[in-house]
Amino acid sequence: MSFADYRIDDSKGLEFGLYTLGDHLANPHTGKRISAKQRLQEIIEMSTLAEEAGIDMISVGESHQDSFTTQAHSVVLAAIAQATKKIKVSSSSTIISTSDPVRVFEDFATIDLISDGRAEIVAGRASRVGLYELLGYDLRDYEELYEEKFELLLQINQQKVVNWEGEFRKPLRNAEILPRPLNGQLPIWRAVGGTPASAVKAAYQGVPMYQAMLGGPASVFKRPIDAYRETLDSLGYDPKDFPVATAGFFYAAETTQQALKEYYPHINEGMKVTNGRGFPKQQFAQGANPKDVMNVGSPQEIIEKILYQHETFNHQRYIAQMDFGGVPFDKIMKNIELIGNEILPAVKKYTAKQ
Amino acid sequence: MKITVLSGSTIGSKTRTAMTYVRSFIEKNYPDEEVTLLDLADFDLVFSDGRDFREYKGDTKIVTETLMASDVILVGTPIFQASIPGSLKNVFDLLPQDGLRDKVAGILVTAGSAKHYLIAETQLKPILSYMKAQIVQTYTFMEERDFYRKEIVNEDALFRIERLIEDTMVLVETYQKAKAAKEAQYGF
Repeated sequence: MSFADYRIDDSKGLEFGLYTLGDHLANPHTGKRISAKQRLQEIIEMSTLAEEAGIDMISVGESHQDSFTTQAHSVVLAAIAQATKKIKVSSSSTIISTSDPVRVFEDFATIDLISDGRAEIVAGRASRVGLYELLGYDLRDYEELYEEKFELLLQINQQKVVNWEGEFRKPLRNAEILPRPLNGQLPIWRAVGGTPASAVKAAYQGVPMYQAMLGGPASVFKRPIDAYRETLDSLGYDPKDFPVATAGFFYAAETTQQALKEYYPHINEGMKVTNGRGFPKQQFAQGANPKDVMNVGSPQEIIEKILYQHETFNHQRYIAQMDFGGVPFDKIMKNIELIGNEILPAVKKYTAKQ
Repeated sequence: MKITVLSGSTIGSKTRTAMTYVRSFIEKNYPDEEVTLLDLADFDLVFSDGRDFREYKGDTKIVTETLMASDVILVGTPIFQASIPGSLKNVFDLLPQDGLRDKVAGILVTAGSAKHYLIAETQLKPILSYMKAQIVQTYTFMEERDFYRKEIVNEDALFRIERLIEDTMVLVETYQKAKAAKEAQYGF
C-alpha cells in the first residue's frame, strides 16, 4: 500500500477537510432549532460550498440518539456525492461495530461509483454507546465487535470473492460483494481516540489512522501518532506509506476574541446535550494558545496553528468541525469563505512539497 | 444550589445515621438550599458498564443524574476491609471521568476502628480529585462509640459534622464566586 492507494498526494500539501457529526441542536444565541429537513439540506449545501472554496473533502458521521440527524449517514453522503464533482466524500465515522460490513461496503462502493471514485470510509466504534441497544448488540462485545467487523470490511475491500467466518455474523461462502469501487478498492481508515493504545491498533490492522482531538497541546496528540508509526515500523510496514489525519474543532472570525465568543456557547451548550456536561470555559480559553490543537481564532492565528500542527504531526489531512451545536448557516458560509480565501491558500503554500 | 447528601453503603446504620443528621442540619441552617439524601440502601443499582450516565435506567439513572446535577456532594462512607465499600466505588464508576468538575465534595467517614483514619485521605480523595472535584480538605471521622441505637451520642462528633458542613458551604460559595470572576475575565 502507499499514499496513492488512499488517494493522498502529499506533494500538494496538507489536505483540508470538513466534518460534521450531523448533530441537530438549538442555536444557543437564539434558542431556536431548525428542522431536521433543513439541517440535512444545509449539510448538503455545506458540501457544495466547501467544494467551491477548494476544500479537499467532506465527511458525515453516524450517531443514533436524540439531537442528531444523520443516522443514515451513507444516504446523506450519496446525496453529497450527487451534488458535488471534485470533493472527496467520507464518513466521520461509520460505526462498523453495529453494522454489517457487507452492507457498509455495498453502500460506500455505490457512493464511489456515483461520485466517480471519491468515496472512502472511516470506521469507528462509537463514543456514545446508546446505539448498541437500539441496533441489538451487547455492549460487552464492544471491543471484539469492532475488531472482527473491521477485519471483515478490510477483507471485502481486498477480495472480490470472500470466504469468512466469525462470531458476530453468519459465515460468507464464496460470496461476491458488489458493486466494486471504481478503482477496485476504497480507502479505509481507522478512527482513533486520543490514546497511544488506540492508535497502535490501527497499525496492527495496517490501515491509516484518523485521530479525533477535542483540545489540548499538540505535543500530547503527537504521542499516539508516534506510537502508531513506531508500531507500523516494528510490524515491517513502512510508516511513509500510511497517511495520518487529525480532526477537531474549528471556528474562524475576524478576531480570536470574536471567534471564542461566538463559538463557545455552541460547544458548551451542545456538549451539555450530547455528552451530559458542558465544555469547561478555562479549557476553551486555553484553546486559543498557539500550541493548542483547537483551531479557533482569526484566520492568521488558525494558519499558524495548522502549520504548527503539521510540523508536529507531519500529517496528511486535517478535518475541521465548524457546525457543532447549532451554528447558523450564515456563519458556516462565512467560515468556508475564510478558509477558501485566506486559510487554505496559506496552508497549501507552506505545506506543499516544492 | 443543589446539595446531595450521599450515604455510600447498602448495609449498616452508622453512615446513614450520620448523613441523616447532615441533611437535617443543612435543612435547618441553610433553608434556601435544595438538599437531597441519597441513601444507597434505598436504591437498586446496576454495575457500571461504561455507558453515558444518562442512559442508565431506573434507580441507577436517578442516582447518576441527581449527583451530576449537584453543586455540592457530601459523601458519607463506612470503611469495609480497609477501603470504601464497593457500592460507593460503583457510584463513582457510573459517572463520567471528569464528572465532579466544579462540584464541591465534603467527606464524612464512619469506621469500626481509629486505625482507618487515613483511608479517606489515601483512597477516597484520589478518586474525587481524579474526577475533578473541589475537595473540602478536612473531613469528619467517626467511630462506633460515637453512636448508640442509631443516634449520634458524642457531642464533639456533632460539632465536627457542623464544622464540615460550614467548611463545605464556605468553599462552594468562594469557589463559585471566584470562578465566575475568573470566567468574566476571559471575555467570551
